[in-house]
Amino acid sequence: MAKITLAKGLNAGLRAAMEKDPKVVIMGEDVGKLGGVFRITDGLQKDFGEDRVIDTPLAESGILGTAVGLAMRGYRPVCEIQFDGFVYPAYDQIVSQVAKIHFRSQGKVKMPMVIRIPFGGGIGAVEHHSESPEAQFAHTPGLKVVACSNPVDGYWMIQQAIACDDPVVFLEPKRQYHADKAELDESATPDPLFASRVVREGSDLTLLAYGPMVKTCMQSAEAAAGEGKSIEVIDLRTLSPLDMDPVFASVRKTGRAVVAHEAHVNLGMGSEIAARIAEECFFSLEAPVLRVGGFDTPYPPSRIEEEFLPDLDRVLDAVDRSLAF
Amino acid sequence: MTESNTDFGPDLGEVFGPSHADGGPELVQLLTPEGERVEHPDFSFDLDDEAIKGFYRDMVLTRRIDTEATALQRHGELGIWAQLLGQEAAQIGSGRALAPQDFVFPTYREHGVAWCRDVDPLRLLGLFRGVDQGGWDPNDGNFGLYTIVIGAQTLHAVGYAMGMQRDGVVGTGDPERDAAVVAYFGDGASSQGDVNESFIFAASYNAPVVFFCQNNQWAISEPIERQSRIPLYQRALGFGFPGVRVDGNDVLACYAVTKAALQRAHEGSGPTFVEAYTYRMGAHTTTDDPTRYRLSEDLEHWKLKDPIARVHAYLTRNGLVDEAFFAEVEEEAERLGEHLRAGCKALPEPDPLSIFDHVYVDQTPELAAQKEGFAAYLASFEGHKEGAR
Repeated sequence: MAKITLAKGLNAGLRAAMEKDPKVVIMGEDVGKLGGVFRITDGLQKDFGEDRVIDTPLAESGILGTAVGLAMRGYRPVCEIQFDGFVYPAYDQIVSQVAKIHFRSQGKVKMPMVIRIPFGGGIGAVEHHSESPEAQFAHTPGLKVVACSNPVDGYWMIQQAIACDDPVVFLEPKRQYHADKAELDESATPDPLFASRVVREGSDLTLLAYGPMVKTCMQSAEAAAGEGKSIEVIDLRTLSPLDMDPVFASVRKTGRAVVAHEAHVNLGMGSEIAARIAEECFFSLEAPVLRVGGFDTPYPPSRIEEEFLPDLDRVLDAVDRSLAF
Repeated sequence: MTESNTDFGPDLGEVFGPSHADGGPELVQLLTPEGERVEHPDFSFDLDDEAIKGFYRDMVLTRRIDTEATALQRHGELGIWAQLLGQEAAQIGSGRALAPQDFVFPTYREHGVAWCRDVDPLRLLGLFRGVDQGGWDPNDGNFGLYTIVIGAQTLHAVGYAMGMQRDGVVGTGDPERDAAVVAYFGDGASSQGDVNESFIFAASYNAPVVFFCQNNQWAISEPIERQSRIPLYQRALGFGFPGVRVDGNDVLACYAVTKAALQRAHEGSGPTFVEAYTYRMGAHTTTDDPTRYRLSEDLEHWKLKDPIARVHAYLTRNGLVDEAFFAEVEEEAERLGEHLRAGCKALPEPDPLSIFDHVYVDQTPELAAQKEGFAAYLASFEGHKEGAR
């Protein structure tokens, strides 16, 4: 078995999806010869041609709007948004068209489309290159939103998202692209796309994360174990719909929950998750559900982004506050 | 203060000439307001008088849909109606130029084009009555759902045309097979980013698209001068494809120009911009009051260019029809009106629980649970006397 990075996992997943279904087309800025600014589509145009790996004009609304037409014609577009902060010019097409056309047409027109967004910070970039817009899309009925956190999930989840008949916003933690490697077994049976997963078992507290924060939370749990605290970590994986049953089961066991994300805390995913836990697990809770996230400020200049982003210590601080309650 | 002496070339007036309220000399016209056929060096109408009779019928019936729907709104049967009065020729001329395999992306005012694509006009009323958001199947008559966000559909049109290119149905030389897309939009939409991006994508990929802009002079209360300092069709050149201004009240010219533009697209020669120069004789919608922002004498001026009257004049002047023809069309319009009046009131009310059904192809457990909960909530009122809720 080969050890691969998230970037390679996504690339291999895209390749597998294109081999399986000739209607899959990739669209985006610089996705062709360059292979995308992160090289996620590396080599695909060479092998599948310019009709299937489409270098688009530099216009995000144009990418999403033309993808709608391609989907209506029976194609399965996979759109790459170059950086999270550049998705907003396409926001109207995503929210008012992509998300609503199946509903508007009473099921007569499907929108099988994947919108890939490299998201999150920590790469020392300039403004608009480090954002976490997931809640804006999870708030929109008609869209499904998932976030991968590791190379193996990247490989499987991108294929599952492409096979999905509903539009999927696919979030990729960009600082993980070329970081850790994992062993990929292409003959394995993957977990379902819209399912959360317990990635570390524990009994004292449940840590909930997705995307780039899964790694941080795993490190936090490891550090807490050294202090005798048993932390369960759940990789949510799907943000819309949320897969809450494993979360409820975990919180009923631990009685405590902390949600972590890079996105702003105010009305972030953590708010919804905390509300649902309160509704379902009220009598099991030993402490209020706590949220750890980016502050409610615009993303700061990169020299202070490590202070803005929730790190191991900020997560542990919340863990301690919960346990002390 | 020194005056700038930098030479940026000729000014707008020198490049585009003086503006003309009547569309100017570039206007392609094949039938005058008086009903006389005229020749044009580049475009000709190649159908017979039977076809013109057909266009007349189409336009009268389309106008009837419009007046009936307006009346239904006044009677409280529709929440709103977007009127097309005055734009019948632009829509019928372009709509009848389509091949069956072509696909249309309309705005919310393309009732005449819908007619050409055999969409039951009753289906159009559903959206304005509020029983659905577009009750026809876009794949039945290759006629997309009405798009309400201004200009958004022009990008869908280009994407669909890119799909046609990939399907190998462009430039085959087989007229039964070669396909194209017509994107409808208005003068107001021409300011939208999506429309400009659609021009760029279409040009870049040489997509088989006809951009059919009905310049009806008004975007609700804003005149065309607020949207453009140059004739709209001239913009096309800047994007790298041809533009043409056609008399939007001349059904023969609209047909001929659209047909030629579609021919280019079918052949694989890429996009064309058609500016149908017309006038919105009615209001923007039934909620609008044009007397607040435009002069009644403008309307009187355009009434002289009425798209139906000039065909009527052509047919009678040349003895192509008798009174029985007009009586038959009128009778057909009466039947259509009755169909709309009776059918509108009989449109079934949507089931409240249906709101959950088509949010996704694959229903999420969350929504299934919401539906179940709402059903139980509704059921909890059953058996209670009226007034309990």
